[in-house]
Amino acid sequence: MAETLRRGPIDSMLRFFPAFTLILMIGPVCAGLIGTMLPAFGYLPALGGDGISIDPWRDLLLQPGLAISVRLSLVNGLVATLISLSLVMLFCAAWQGTKVFVVMQRLLSPILSVPHAAAAFGLAFLIAPSGWIVRAVALFAGWDRPPDIVTLHDPMGIALIAGLVAKEIPFLLLMTLAALPQADADRTRQVALTFGYGRVVGWLKAVFPRIYPQIRLPVLAVLAYSTSVVDVAMILGPTTPAPLAVRILGWLSDPDLSHRFLASAGAMLQLILVLVAMAIWRAGETLAGFWGRIWAEGGMRAQGDGAIRSFSAGAAVLTATVVFLGLASLLVWSFAGYWSFPEFLPRSFSLHLWMREYDMLGAILGTTLVIAVLSVMVAIALVLGCLENETRRFQIPGQGVMFLIYLPLLMPQISFMFGLQVFFTGIGLERTLISVVIVHLIFVLPYVFLSLADPFRALDPRYGQTALCLGASPARVFWGVRLPLLTRAVLTAFAVGLAVSVGQYLPTLLIGAGRFATVTTEAVALASGGDRRMIGIYGLLQMILPFAGFALALLIPAVVFRHRRGMADHNRI
Amino acid sequence: MRVFLAGLSIVAGLATATVAIPAKADPAPDIGNWQSVLDQARGQTVYWHAWGGEPRINDYIAWAGAQVQERYGVNVVQVKLSDTADAVAKVLSEKTAGVDDGGAVDMIWLNGENFAAMKRNDLLFGPWAEQTPNFAYVDVEGKPTVINDFTVPTMGLEAPWGMAQVSFYYDTARLDNVPKSAQELLEWLVKHPGRFTYPQPPNYMGSTFLKQILTELVDDPKVLQQPANQTDAEKVLAPLWGYLEDLQPLLWRNGQAYPQNGASLRTMMADNEIDIAFSFSSGEVSSAIEAMELPDTVRSYVFDNGTLGNTNFVAIPYNASAKAGAVVLADFLMSPEAQLRKQDPRYWGADTVLAMDKLPEDMQKAFAGLDLGIASLSPSERGTVLPEPHPSWMELVETEWQKRYGVVQ
Repeated sequence: MAETLRRGPIDSMLRFFPAFTLILMIGPVCAGLIGTMLPAFGYLPALGGDGISIDPWRDLLLQPGLAISVRLSLVNGLVATLISLSLVMLFCAAWQGTKVFVVMQRLLSPILSVPHAAAAFGLAFLIAPSGWIVRAVALFAGWDRPPDIVTLHDPMGIALIAGLVAKEIPFLLLMTLAALPQADADRTRQVALTFGYGRVVGWLKAVFPRIYPQIRLPVLAVLAYSTSVVDVAMILGPTTPAPLAVRILGWLSDPDLSHRFLASAGAMLQLILVLVAMAIWRAGETLAGFWGRIWAEGGMRAQGDGAIRSFSAGAAVLTATVVFLGLASLLVWSFAGYWSFPEFLPRSFSLHLWMREYDMLGAILGTTLVIAVLSVMVAIALVLGCLENETRRFQIPGQGVMFLIYLPLLMPQISFMFGLQVFFTGIGLERTLISVVIVHLIFVLPYVFLSLADPFRALDPRYGQTALCLGASPARVFWGVRLPLLTRAVLTAFAVGLAVSVGQYLPTLLIGAGRFATVTTEAVALASGGDRRMIGIYGLLQMILPFAGFALALLIPAVVFRHRRGMADHNRI
Repeated sequence: MRVFLAGLSIVAGLATATVAIPAKADPAPDIGNWQSVLDQARGQTVYWHAWGGEPRINDYIAWAGAQVQERYGVNVVQVKLSDTADAVAKVLSEKTAGVDDGGAVDMIWLNGENFAAMKRNDLLFGPWAEQTPNFAYVDVEGKPTVINDFTVPTMGLEAPWGMAQVSFYYDTARLDNVPKSAQELLEWLVKHPGRFTYPQPPNYMGSTFLKQILTELVDDPKVLQQPANQTDAEKVLAPLWGYLEDLQPLLWRNGQAYPQNGASLRTMMADNEIDIAFSFSSGEVSSAIEAMELPDTVRSYVFDNGTLGNTNFVAIPYNASAKAGAVVLADFLMSPEAQLRKQDPRYWGADTVLAMDKLPEDMQKAFAGLDLGIASLSPSERGTVLPEPHPSWMELVETEWQKRYGVVQ
C-alpha cells in the first residue's frame, strides 16, 4: 500500500505520539489516583497513617445521610444528562436545516463560554425567593419581604438539575454540530422526508442512530461531570445533606487533618459512583437501541409533529433566556450600588469596583492566556498525532488506555489534587510554568480528545484514499486533506480546551503554588467573600477569553471557506 | 511513606526525565539576634497565603508588603486563597513528598483549628513570635487569647495580628428591640419565625454560633476550657441540644436549608430574608455599609452576658523558603503603625492586639482619635469577651449537629 511505501521521518515520529501522550498523562494521573487510594485505606505517613486499614471506609459509612448524598449525586447526574441530551436531540430533530436552527445555534453557542459557577450564580439570582423573578412579582403584589419558600438548595436538587441542564445543552449542541457533517445529516433527513416521515420522527429514526455514536463520549463526560460537580452544586444544590462531591470537599477542607482519610475514601466512592452511573447509562443505551430498532422498523411516519417542534424550540429559547438573564443580573450587580429587596434595579450605579480591578487585569489575563494557549496547543497536537497514527495504522486504543485519559474527568478534582501536588513536588517541578501547563493538560486533553476523536474517526476514509491514489504523501494527505476537512472540529476543540483551561482553579493554585495568578484564581478567592458585585465582575471577566475562543471557532471557518461551498458544508456554522 | 514515595517515584521516573530543581535550603533565622534576621531577610520573597475574599483586606496586605519592601527589602506576594485549608494541604503535600526545605508557603493567616492541626502535626516553624521587637507592645495581660489560640498555647509558633469578637447586627429601620441573650433570641423567634438563621456547621461561623449558645447555657463554662474527653460531655452539651430542639423549627426555611457562610448572612440581610445576623467583627459591618452591601441603618450589638472572642494569627510553616523574611513581615504587622491602620475602618476596621498603655504617647493618641465607623462597637460597647472553648468541643458539637440536623429529608 502507498501508506507503507512512503513512510517519511514525520511518519515514523508519529508512532510515538500515543506513547508520548500516555507518558505525559500517566504520571500525574496515576499519582493523583494513588494519592487518593492510599489514604482511603489509612496510609498517609505525614499524618501518622502508617498501616493499611479499612477504618476510613467505616467512618465514611457512618456519616449521617451518606445514602442520601449518594442518591442525590447519582440521580441528579443521570437526570440532568438525560434531560440535556433529550432536549438537544429533539431540537436538532425538529429544526436542523432551518433558519430557526441557525439562529438558536448562534444564541446558545456563547453560553459555552460562561463558566459553570457564573451561570449558576446568575440562575440563583433569578430564581431565589429574593431574586429577579420574585422581585418583578413583588413590585405589583406589594411585598416587602421575599416569600419564605425553598427554590434554591431544594432537597430534591431540582435547582441543581436546572443549572446543569442550562449549561450542558449548549455543550452537547456544539458537539452534535461537529458531528452532523460526518453523519451526512442533511441528505439523510431529506431521504427520510421523501419517504413520508415527519421531520422529527424521520430525524430520530434515520439521523440520530448515526449521530449518537459520535457524541457518546461527550455525553458520558456530561454524565461524569454532573455526577461529581462541586461548584454548581454548592451554589444551587441541596445542603441537608449535600451531594457526595460537595461533602468530600467539606471533609478535605476540615481543619482536622485526620478527615483526609475519610475524604479519600469518599473520593473513591465518588469514582465508583461515576462508573455506576456510566454502567446504568450504557444499559439504558442498549435498551433504547433495542426498542428504537423495533420502533424504527415499525414504520410509523408521524407527520403531525408541530407540538414537539414548538416544545423543543420553546425549551431552547428558555435555556438561552435563563442564562442570558442570569448574566444580565451579574452585569447589573457588578455596577450596583446598594440594592435591596424588592427593588427591581439598584438605587445607584458605580464604576468603583471595576476601576479597582482594572490595573491588575492585563497581567492576570496575560498569565491566563499563556497557560491556556500552551496547554491547549499541546493537547491538540497530541490528540491529532494519536488520531492520525491510529488512522494510518488501523489501531484503536484499548479501553484501559482511554480510561486513564478520562480518569481526571471521573473524579472530583479536589480529591485528585493531593497526589498531584506530591507528584510535582517530588519531581521538583512544582511552581514552574511547565508543571502548571502539564496539570492543565491533564484536564484539557480529555475534552480535546472527546471533541476531536469522533469527528476524526467518522471522517470518510475515501477522501484520504483518493488523495493517496493521486500520489500525495501521507503527510500531505493529513495537512492538505484531513486537517482542512476538520477545521471546524479542531477549532471547536481549541475553544472547548481553552474554556476548560481558563476555568481551572485548584490545579493552578496548588501546582503553581500561588505563583500564577489567573482570572479564575482571583475570581474564586474574591467570590469567597460573598459580595455579589465581585462575583459579577469576575464571572464576566472569566467569560472573556473563552468567549473569544468560541467566536473564533465560528468565524474562522466562515471566512476561510467563504469561496468553497463544499468545504463550507463540512465546516458550516 | 516509603511505599507511597516509591510508588510515586516509579511513576515520576516513567513520566519525565526532568532534572529536579533542588529546593534551596533556608537556615532557621537566629531570632535573638534581630540584626541578623534583618540581614537574612533582605532580598527574600515571602509568599503569604491568606484568605483573599475581601478587596479591602487584600489592599491592606498589599500596603503592608510595600512597607516591608521599602524598609527591609523584603518582597511580599499575597497568594489569595478561598480557603485556608488549601495552604495547610500544600504544606502537608510537601511533607509527604519529603520537601522539608524550600517549601512554597512562607506564611499563613490562620487561627483555631487550623493552628491546632498544624501544631499537632509538626508543620510549623518556631518558636519565634515572642522574641520579635514589636511583640513587646502586645497586650498579653489584657487579651489572653493572643497567646492562647482557642485555648491551645501558641508557644511562639504564631504571631497575633488582629482581634475578633462575635457581634450581632440588625437594621434599625426594620427592628426596634433586639434579643440580647440566647433565651431572648428564642422568644423573639417565636414572634418572628423564619427571620434568623446561622450558616450550616461545620462552617466556621455556624459552629461559632453554636459555641456561643453553648457557652451561654452551660452550667459551668470552665469545663469548656478543658478537652471534651475529660468530662461528661453528653451532660455538658445537653442544654445546647435542648435549646436547638426549640430553635430549629423557627429558623429561616424551618431549618431545611442553611446559608453556606458568614458572607451569605450579609446578603440575606440586604435581601430582607432575615432580621438579625452576626459576624466576627463589627468593623466588617461598617465596611459592608461603605461597600454598599448593607444599608446605612444597620447597627451592631452584643449579648448582655458577652460574646465569644478570639485572635487571628500569622504562622510560618516548618519548611518555608523565606523564614527570616516572614518573621520580619510578621513583626511589622504587629507594629503600632500597621495595627493603627488595620483598626482604621477606612482600610480594614479590625481590632488591635496591642496594649494601649505600652505604646508611646503619640500612638495612644492616634488610636484614641480613630473614627471607628458607624456600625462598629467601641471597646466600651463590647461587653464581656467570652473565651473560645477547647477545639475538641467544636468537633463534638459539629459531629452531633450533623447527626441531628444535617439530614432533614
